[in-house]
Amino acid sequence: MIDVIVFAISALIIIGGAIGVIALPNPVHAALSLIATFFGVAVLFVQQEAHFLALVQVVVYAGAIVVLFLFVIMLLGVDRAQELGVEPLAGQRAAGVAVGAVLLALVVGGLFLSGDPDRGGAVALTGQSGQVVPTVEGEQDVIQLARDLFTRHLLTFEATGILLTVATVGAVVLVRARGAEDLILDEPGTAQH
Amino acid sequence: MIGQPYLIDVDWGDLVQAVITAVISFAVLLVSVMLMVWFERKVVSRLQNRIGPNQAGPFGLLQTLFDGTKLFFKEDLIPAEADRFVFKLAPYLALVPAFLMFTIIPVAGDFSNGHDGSVMVGGEKMFFQVIDPPVGILFFLAMSALGVYGIMLAGWSSGSKYPLIGSVRASAQVISYEAALGLALASVLLVTGTLSTNGIVQAQSGGFTSWALVTTGFVPFVIFVIAGTAELNRPPFDLVEAEQEIVGGFHTEYSSIRFALFFLAEFMNVVTMSAIFVTLFLGGPAPAWDFPWIDLPLPGALMGFIWFFGKLLIFLFMFVWFRATLPRLRYDQLMDLGWKVLIPLALGWLLVLAGIRVAQDNNIGLADTAFGDTLIILVIGLAGLAAGAGLLAAAIKNARNEASAVALPTSGIVGMED
Repeated sequence: MIDVIVFAISALIIIGGAIGVIALPNPVHAALSLIATFFGVAVLFVQQEAHFLALVQVVVYAGAIVVLFLFVIMLLGVDRAQELGVEPLAGQRAAGVAVGAVLLALVVGGLFLSGDPDRGGAVALTGQSGQVVPTVEGEQDVIQLARDLFTRHLLTFEATGILLTVATVGAVVLVRARGAEDLILDEPGTAQH
Repeated sequence: MIGQPYLIDVDWGDLVQAVITAVISFAVLLVSVMLMVWFERKVVSRLQNRIGPNQAGPFGLLQTLFDGTKLFFKEDLIPAEADRFVFKLAPYLALVPAFLMFTIIPVAGDFSNGHDGSVMVGGEKMFFQVIDPPVGILFFLAMSALGVYGIMLAGWSSGSKYPLIGSVRASAQVISYEAALGLALASVLLVTGTLSTNGIVQAQSGGFTSWALVTTGFVPFVIFVIAGTAELNRPPFDLVEAEQEIVGGFHTEYSSIRFALFFLAEFMNVVTMSAIFVTLFLGGPAPAWDFPWIDLPLPGALMGFIWFFGKLLIFLFMFVWFRATLPRLRYDQLMDLGWKVLIPLALGWLLVLAGIRVAQDNNIGLADTAFGDTLIILVIGLAGLAAGAGLLAAAIKNARNEASAVALPTSGIVGMED
């Protein structure tokens, strides 16, 4: 019973937040709605006893990524309400609606139309059957997750690390190559009098 | 406590107990904030050769209460340009994480001689902390990351220049120092081997030498204290509300009770961050040494609180001392310290600690004894750390030379050397 109540409340928060992200004209309000959605998802993770995932959801998404969004919004001064009547790219909206509809049809179709009602949907969408590993009694989810991550998925883990490092270094190189002159003027004591 | 499913079956007795502990700890925190404000004003006054509050109550103890009451009756102003909803929401976004962070701190309990800090109340095992979630100390990271929203949104929603500048500074500062904070924290977790705050204290309960301060080799402690001070926006990292430059920073437009809430959140964070320092590095309520020669007639739990409070006072005084002594960092100094010193050092130190841990677990046999192994790994690790520092310094110097060659080919550059 309590499960259902918790799920219903967090589902309402998640959906409300998701609608807010796309419907609110002010980008800061949209970012706030996004935080509400992340929190709803975190609560659902806690309900599934995935405490670590819930915390990571809050630390990484709500605590770092949305802070970065807001930082950019404030720094660039794009926090005024956007004019939604003008379409910057002709035909963009129609194409967006079409692609969205196709994706939705694909997911819903995959879930409901394939043979086995229990796990057929997952097979139809990803090509392989999902597997639910039972949690070991008395062992924390962090330990299980870490063991899985650093044994079975070690290669993926390392590859992701390299990818992120490359992206960071790339960003720094791009900025320095293009804006070295701007950068030096930001340093104190070098302002040209 | 650990791993207990706490949303699946609701026991109403547990629920009532949880509410009561939460209310009590909130009340205790409020009183401690009141005393902390008084303490700060008193100590800063003495350090500046003044007397400080001395009229309201004995030693001016009630000054904070009077000031708070006064603020409640002041007119509440909202700027015309403000985003009203977010403007009203922001103080609560600052206050709630500040309180939630405190809930994971074990404030008392008997941790001596391998006790787990619990007491029996009416046949039930109870701990002197509101919650002990399985992810423990990560909860602190999450809440401290959320605390910045109050500051950011307050500055943005004011619809005014200086608060906005304060907000942008706050978000840049928190993003920069969170990484160093997390890496220093990871060193402690590596040594203690658990995420639960109760477990972290238990791992340090073997007296002074078992404290993470000693077992992590002191460096993570220094990094954590610096990054923690920056996270609190306390001097010398208080660019967010630098009065000489940006009036009051994010709370310039706030008045009355909303201002009081920000003030409350700020001092609550000071108390909580000090308590986190104590829990992570000084063993929380665990005693520094046993008193074999004195047999105090006090229950162990109370002794735990005395130890905790004594350790807490050290850090509370430290924050006040910082404020009275250190000048504010310039913005670029803040960024340099965070990105070029603290993060690389914290990362390198974590690697050294991990190396030592692996050597101890696997018995690599470089030397005759385990201690010799540890020593060899430590020397290799420190050499690697020094080499990395040299490379980083060379890279920074090279980048500066290149940048200055592009921007100012002829004129001399002032202030490029640190």
